[in-house]
Amino acid sequence: MSPATEYLRVTGLHAFYGESHILHGMDFRVNRGECVTLLGRNGAGRTTTLKAILGLTGKRTGSIMLNGREVVAWPPHRIAHLGVGYCPEERGIYASLSAEENLMLPPQVSSEGLALGEIYAMFPNLRDRRKSQGSRLSGGEQQMLALARILRTGARLLLLDEISEGLAPVIVQKLGEVIRQLKDKGFTIVLVEQNFRFAAPLADRMYIVEHGAVVAEIERSELEQKRELLQEFLGV
Amino acid sequence: MSEVFGVPVQALLGQLMLGLVNGSFYAMLSLGLAVIFGMLNIINFAHGAFYMMGAFIAWMGLEYLGIGYWWSLFLAPVGVGLLGIAIERSMLQWLYKLDHLYGLLLTFGLALVLEGLFRDLYGVSGQPYTIPDELTGAFNLGFMFLPKYRAWIIVSSLTVCFFTWFMIEKTRLGAYLRAATENPRLTQAFGINVPLMVMLTYGFGVALAGFAGVLAAPALQVSPLMGSHLIIVVFAVVVIGGMGSILGSILTGLGLGVIEGLTKVFYPEASATVVFFIMVLVLLLRPAGLFGREK
Repeated sequence: MSPATEYLRVTGLHAFYGESHILHGMDFRVNRGECVTLLGRNGAGRTTTLKAILGLTGKRTGSIMLNGREVVAWPPHRIAHLGVGYCPEERGIYASLSAEENLMLPPQVSSEGLALGEIYAMFPNLRDRRKSQGSRLSGGEQQMLALARILRTGARLLLLDEISEGLAPVIVQKLGEVIRQLKDKGFTIVLVEQNFRFAAPLADRMYIVEHGAVVAEIERSELEQKRELLQEFLGV
Repeated sequence: MSEVFGVPVQALLGQLMLGLVNGSFYAMLSLGLAVIFGMLNIINFAHGAFYMMGAFIAWMGLEYLGIGYWWSLFLAPVGVGLLGIAIERSMLQWLYKLDHLYGLLLTFGLALVLEGLFRDLYGVSGQPYTIPDELTGAFNLGFMFLPKYRAWIIVSSLTVCFFTWFMIEKTRLGAYLRAATENPRLTQAFGINVPLMVMLTYGFGVALAGFAGVLAAPALQVSPLMGSHLIIVVFAVVVIGGMGSILGSILTGLGLGVIEGLTKVFYPEASATVVFFIMVLVLLLRPAGLFGREK
């Protein structure tokens, strides 16, 4: 792939939390408009990978090319302005802010964000609950809000961490539809998932992560042939 | 109508007003402490020293450069704020990840250094600062005389407190600030320059103390010890109101000033300690403070 179509390329990425060495040379790439999944067991280093891209871990070495720029040494607040939106595993809804304040919080990073009307059309619940304190929303509503607030900013690369975790099947299904809509709108998406059945139909490519490194890359077309691999690493 | 519980109404109103004046200072100082604690996780023991410096900058401005009260009201807080920013950048920023104790020790040390410096230069006797012409005299309210300068202290400090509250609770910048207080890492990942906000918050918090210092200059003597006298009560106010609560620190500051004033009327012996009695009670019944949230 030529660099022009590449949104994100991570090469030989090592990351640390204090003394603990979490990532041991991660390598993967994400092209524009693609949906890529990082699969793996708990503690394999998938969440840390997203955090390392955003500059939220301790020391990092290796290379993170974002939109053609090397950002491995950048502070977190500058990285977001390259068009990166982040939806953390714990959702990160601010309890001291109302739902609407949460939604409006992340600064605009480009003019390509969805309009407020579009977002409320996608998540009608959020319109009804916009005056509620962030802490009063249900788990599903918090997840919708965490996703919605990065769609407004004009971020084109979405880093989504375990968005289906702990939610009712009907909400998971709704999230799947939303991801599909976002792909149609040309968003580039990195999904960190445990839920293979949620991720498989959405992903163009999958990376299997183990002990802080990528151990396998599976194209959508290879899914059938590589069943055994998935079985081995994920038990699916 | 001329006596309430055997106390002349005039005396009661007089003390009530004095209580409001003191409460205004408590409110402004504890507000700054609350904002700083929320954002920086630092118990700013140097707050009293910054208050003292605000008064001294006003006094020095007048004495050496002929800068009048109104200019000082603007310039002294700016000067104190810039000094605060320099201290945050050079020292405090290295302490955020450590225990509260380190920030407390550093700022306590800074307070001693600053106070010692002014003590060495000007002694402890205190310098007079005259009330500006526009604010001398008193309003005759019919039932009492209200010195104009005291009215000015109350009005201007309430205005500043309201402005601060409004900025934090009702504006976009305030939403950034609240978000950064709650979850700084995520807020930074959204593209908000949190280290810059932290620096400005400290500058703003100590500038509030500097402003209070200028307001205090004509009402009290400008003395190197004025800060350390006040700061102990202000910390009690912060404990009672709850660390980190904006509205809580304003209301508690004013309320305790009034309670202190009324105690002077009804039971003068307890007026110096009443705040601490209340603090003990609050700590027993609501350890997080009247407006604080349990963590």
